[in-house]
Amino acid sequence: MNNTFYIQRYAHISDHEVSLNGETLYENTTDDFSEFIKGAYQHLQIDYSKFFKMDNLSKLAFIAADVLLENESENNIGLVFSNKASSLDTDRKHQESLQTYASPAVFVYTLPNICLGEISIKHKLYSENGFFIFDKFNAQALHTYANSLLQEDKAEKMLCGWVDFDNGNYDAFLYVVAKKGTFVHSTTEINRLYQIK
Amino acid sequence: MHNTYLSHNNIVSAYGFETSTAIDQISNEVSGLKLVDDHSILPNPFYSSCIDHHLLEERYQQLNPQEKHTRLEKMFLVSLADTISKANIAITDRVGLIISTTKGNIDILNTTEFSEDRTYLSELGKKIASFFSFKNDTIVLSNACVSGVLAIAVAKRFISQQLYDHVFIVGGDLVSEFILSGFNSFQALSAEPCRPYCKTRTGINIGEVATSILVTNDQSNLAKEAVSVLGESSCNDANHISGPSRTGEGLHRSIEIAKKQAHLTAKDIDFISAHGTATQFNDEMEAIAFNRSGLEKTPINSLKGYFGHTLGASGLLETIIGMHSLHQNTLFKSLGFQELGVSKPLNIIENTQKLAIKTFLKTASGFGGCNTAAIFQKVG
Repeated sequence: MNNTFYIQRYAHISDHEVSLNGETLYENTTDDFSEFIKGAYQHLQIDYSKFFKMDNLSKLAFIAADVLLENESENNIGLVFSNKASSLDTDRKHQESLQTYASPAVFVYTLPNICLGEISIKHKLYSENGFFIFDKFNAQALHTYANSLLQEDKAEKMLCGWVDFDNGNYDAFLYVVAKKGTFVHSTTEINRLYQIK
Repeated sequence: MHNTYLSHNNIVSAYGFETSTAIDQISNEVSGLKLVDDHSILPNPFYSSCIDHHLLEERYQQLNPQEKHTRLEKMFLVSLADTISKANIAITDRVGLIISTTKGNIDILNTTEFSEDRTYLSELGKKIASFFSFKNDTIVLSNACVSGVLAIAVAKRFISQQLYDHVFIVGGDLVSEFILSGFNSFQALSAEPCRPYCKTRTGINIGEVATSILVTNDQSNLAKEAVSVLGESSCNDANHISGPSRTGEGLHRSIEIAKKQAHLTAKDIDFISAHGTATQFNDEMEAIAFNRSGLEKTPINSLKGYFGHTLGASGLLETIIGMHSLHQNTLFKSLGFQELGVSKPLNIIENTQKLAIKTFLKTASGFGGCNTAAIFQKVG
């Protein structure tokens, strides 16, 4: 059983910036998330019309995953994501809509794991999905869960991290774990890479 | 590798406040579904199974709470208190807590009784953990309708990685305007008690339970109905966020991986506790997946006719009932079924019956294209 895994690459979306392995891919000073993420989508030349139907959390997760999986050939990639606000941004919209009428197109996004489905559809990933909610970034839980799936051969690679959207604030940090890579897969390294912004 | 066991458990439901009361009623083929006429939830009457407010309050007060709790928190506390007491395990740093829920305290979005902070699932986690003095931060799993059975897989994985020796899982969701209006907007609600896999099925009922269980690597002091977790897997359909795959892809793959890990074949599975929500598309998808996995002759039930769909609790609830089914060597009737209404053969359990059984498969599927399968076997 192989117990050593590596982080191959990582992406951040926060503070008006999309970055891959610490290098800026896209910047925009706007404070409006919709405008920012649409700008990123256009700049990265992602041609995928379903993007425009997604809620804010899914758009955030989708772009961060796309940056990491653009040239990935492996499709047995397990997904384990986490955040603090779950799908509250869309939950509030659905709750407000109850004054008039509820829309299925909004309601379906009142679950945080929908973004995992969006990513799975785009990248044809018929693989493990899990969405956890923590008070703050929890490297230990992500590290333990990824190791378990890799060691049990339930995934060849893992796409892990944090995607949070709440009251207009956004923070995404995703990374790919594999049998070969640049950084040792440890909680120390995960925390260090999370804090590089 | 150590075995992982599912042991002491509790079900707080329309039937009562212990697992045994629910099992007794299911054995007698009594449904917990009733017609509810509550305009604060839905303009039209709907079938649901709900926990009695007064009896819940009574049980909750017996726990001598020192602060105010929401309805869902009360349900969780009452359920978990019973399971922890039966488990008789000291809450040390080797004991984890997992909460399985889709929406948590979402009902308070529209009220002023609690601050908005309480809608955050991590706050719900803190309230439950602090009540029982758990040493570790709560892990909240929110993965749509597979959460309950996936939570078992997650507990097993954390135990196998030696993060914990024991994990308590508590799962539940409320019957609320938020949820009902959403499913209603999908035109997924049935105006009658649901009829999984039946030709005349017209959709789901949403129900309410809180349920909890001890997951442990310790073979001593197990509950008499304990099972070991032989294999588990969760695969995405990669097809659609609100519609199941037409080929049952993710569910079929989940079952195959779970079987492989359990070193079992289709003929080793004595019965299937399926998801069976009674929507047209879900039940049809399941029939296709079970046929692809060679399980068309395996006895199968859906328990939605007893409880309705209990969302974040359902997979855990139905696993606990499956454990009792094994222990009693009894296959429980798939309530509401009359005539097969899916395009592939299934061996629906039409009458509650005695049978020597030792292994069952539990499955669930949900929004986001997620699916989970797990295989459980009697201990000993």
